[in-house]
Amino acid sequence: MLPGFGYARPRNLREAVHLLSAPGARVQAGGTDLLGCLRDGVFGVDTVVSLSGVPDLRGIRRALDGGLVVGAMTTLSEVAAPTDVVKGYPTLAQGAAAAASPQLRNQGTIGGNICQRPRCWYFRGDFHCARKGGEKCFAAEGENQFHCIFGGDVCFIVHPSDTAPALVALEAVVRITGPNGSRSVPAEKFFILPETDYTRENVLTAGEIVTEIVLPPQPAGTRGTYRKVRARGSWDFALAGAAVVATITAGKVERARIVLSGVAPTPWRVPDAERAIVGRRLNKRTVRDAAAAALKGAQTMSGNAYKVELLRGTVEEALLALA
Amino acid sequence: MGHDQNDGKGGCPQGVSRRGFFTAVGAGALGAATLGRSQTPGAPPAGAAEPTKVTLRVNGRAHTVLAEPRWTLLFVLRERLGLTGTKVGCERGECGACTVLLDGTPVYACMMLALEAEGHEVTTLEGLMNGEELGPVQQAFLQEDAFQCGYCTPGQIVAAEGLLRANPQPTLEEIRAGMSGNLCRCGTYAHIFKAVKKASELKKVAGR
Ligand SMILES: Cc1cc2nc3c(=O)[nH]c(=O)nc-3n(C[C@H](O)[C@H](O)[C@H](O)COP(=O)(O)OP(=O)(O)OC[C@H]3O[C@@H](n4cnc5c(N)ncnc54)[C@H](O)[C@@H]3O)c2cc1C
Ligand code: FES
Ligand code: FES
Repeated sequence: MLPGFGYARPRNLREAVHLLSAPGARVQAGGTDLLGCLRDGVFGVDTVVSLSGVPDLRGIRRALDGGLVVGAMTTLSEVAAPTDVVKGYPTLAQGAAAAASPQLRNQGTIGGNICQRPRCWYFRGDFHCARKGGEKCFAAEGENQFHCIFGGDVCFIVHPSDTAPALVALEAVVRITGPNGSRSVPAEKFFILPETDYTRENVLTAGEIVTEIVLPPQPAGTRGTYRKVRARGSWDFALAGAAVVATITAGKVERARIVLSGVAPTPWRVPDAERAIVGRRLNKRTVRDAAAAALKGAQTMSGNAYKVELLRGTVEEALLALA
Repeated sequence: MGHDQNDGKGGCPQGVSRRGFFTAVGAGALGAATLGRSQTPGAPPAGAAEPTKVTLRVNGRAHTVLAEPRWTLLFVLRERLGLTGTKVGCERGECGACTVLLDGTPVYACMMLALEAEGHEVTTLEGLMNGEELGPVQQAFLQEDAFQCGYCTPGQIVAAEGLLRANPQPTLEEIRAGMSGNLCRCGTYAHIFKAVKKASELKKVAGR
């Protein structure tokens, strides 16, 4: 049985923002992450404010500039569905399809997916760790085989989302509404590292809601893919992954964005790896250079050194898939 | 899901799986359940924690129950409506034992508040019966011997029903992917996949 809480199902965004201004109120999208956190006592909640009754937040539409606007309440299944619109953004569709299980994709939303809490077993378990306001990160000296090799500081989580790296690679923009109005934040700036604040994973402040995600139009010749490696074929979080979006003209890479999953507390962009392929053809050699560049600066702990080689292969495969 | 397959380089070389770890450290840490709750009185209008009247449409019938907000759909189906075909497994969205159809689509009833199901059509295992007879997916599981202890079976059958409604003639790969949200501790997967194939044939013959 879950601990007790109140429940509200507002009919529109304004009502939702108002309800969320109450202390102890928390937004629920599909609930697939929130209910797990409540059940495990990761945090408590006084009132669950459900967004399921706000119809404007769900669905995918064309933007005026030819891009796409994906409502925060659009389910992962809907994002992954083989529609014409999603065909233009295969990196995102593949990310959504690679997340969780069929049932969870039917329930879980894209907004919830990028706002989900980390899966670190100390954070989820009975440990008063730094991210929960405690003194230290237990993973640093404990069991850390699923923890980060980049960007760790105080806390060493990996960001759990499979759609987030795609959104950063696609230069998506996250639209947010809160008590002080609306703002837009590039996906790349939406996620924050422990060095900025090790108790949060993103820039959202109290009472703010992600309303939609804007995908800019992609130049002709743009291709993309998401390669995820997990410990088994069935549902599991990424051990390592790479979201790639590249524009290729006359056989050469004109621009590229490479963003890693499963290896850092945020989707981890690797500009050096991008530079290694821009202006060049994608072949075994350039791809090897790019993967080597992607690994620069990796810092392993007692249990996660395997991620370095795993990531090398993952980046190489993702890039070769676009060749 | 070829691009998802682990090539054997990864895995958990240290021999500790995520799942194993949880059992080892014990996740029963509900003592901390009220962690972070606000103490502030007189907050803006919050939703009530008291039981609320909710009308759920389950297997074609409307049921009105008094439900606490924290009650999951799984709890209400079993403990208030007596529909025990839906099983309790992990209660964490990991095993699929609690699978029901929501407007024809498979979801985990343990990861959904009962209040959220209002306005939707819920179908449970019981709703897949063909009167007093077994429905085609149930029949197929029986014919293909697709269970051992049977605990996961109701969830498997409902997941299969949902898969076949969306994709009446799935390939083996599509069956494997479509059924990947349902675990079977007895490991009867090969038979389960055969049963889903069989069910697609039975459904075609029966025209439903
Ligand atoms: C067994 C299991 C396996 C999983 N495997 C994967 C995986 O491999 N890859 C992956 O990416 N994910 C995985 N997930 C996570 C799953 O995809 C997420 O649970 C889901 O996407 C979250 O969406 P939701 O709508 O259910 O969010 P909710 O549970 O409703 O919300 C999640 C969090 O985000 C906040 N939130 C939700 N919506 C908004 C919004 N619009 N604005 C502001 N805050 C918001 C909530 O307050 C809550 O803290 C897994 C989950 C489970 C249970
Ligand atoms: S009981 Fe719901 S998924 Fe395990
Ligand atoms: S038959 Fe025993 S768990 Fe599947």
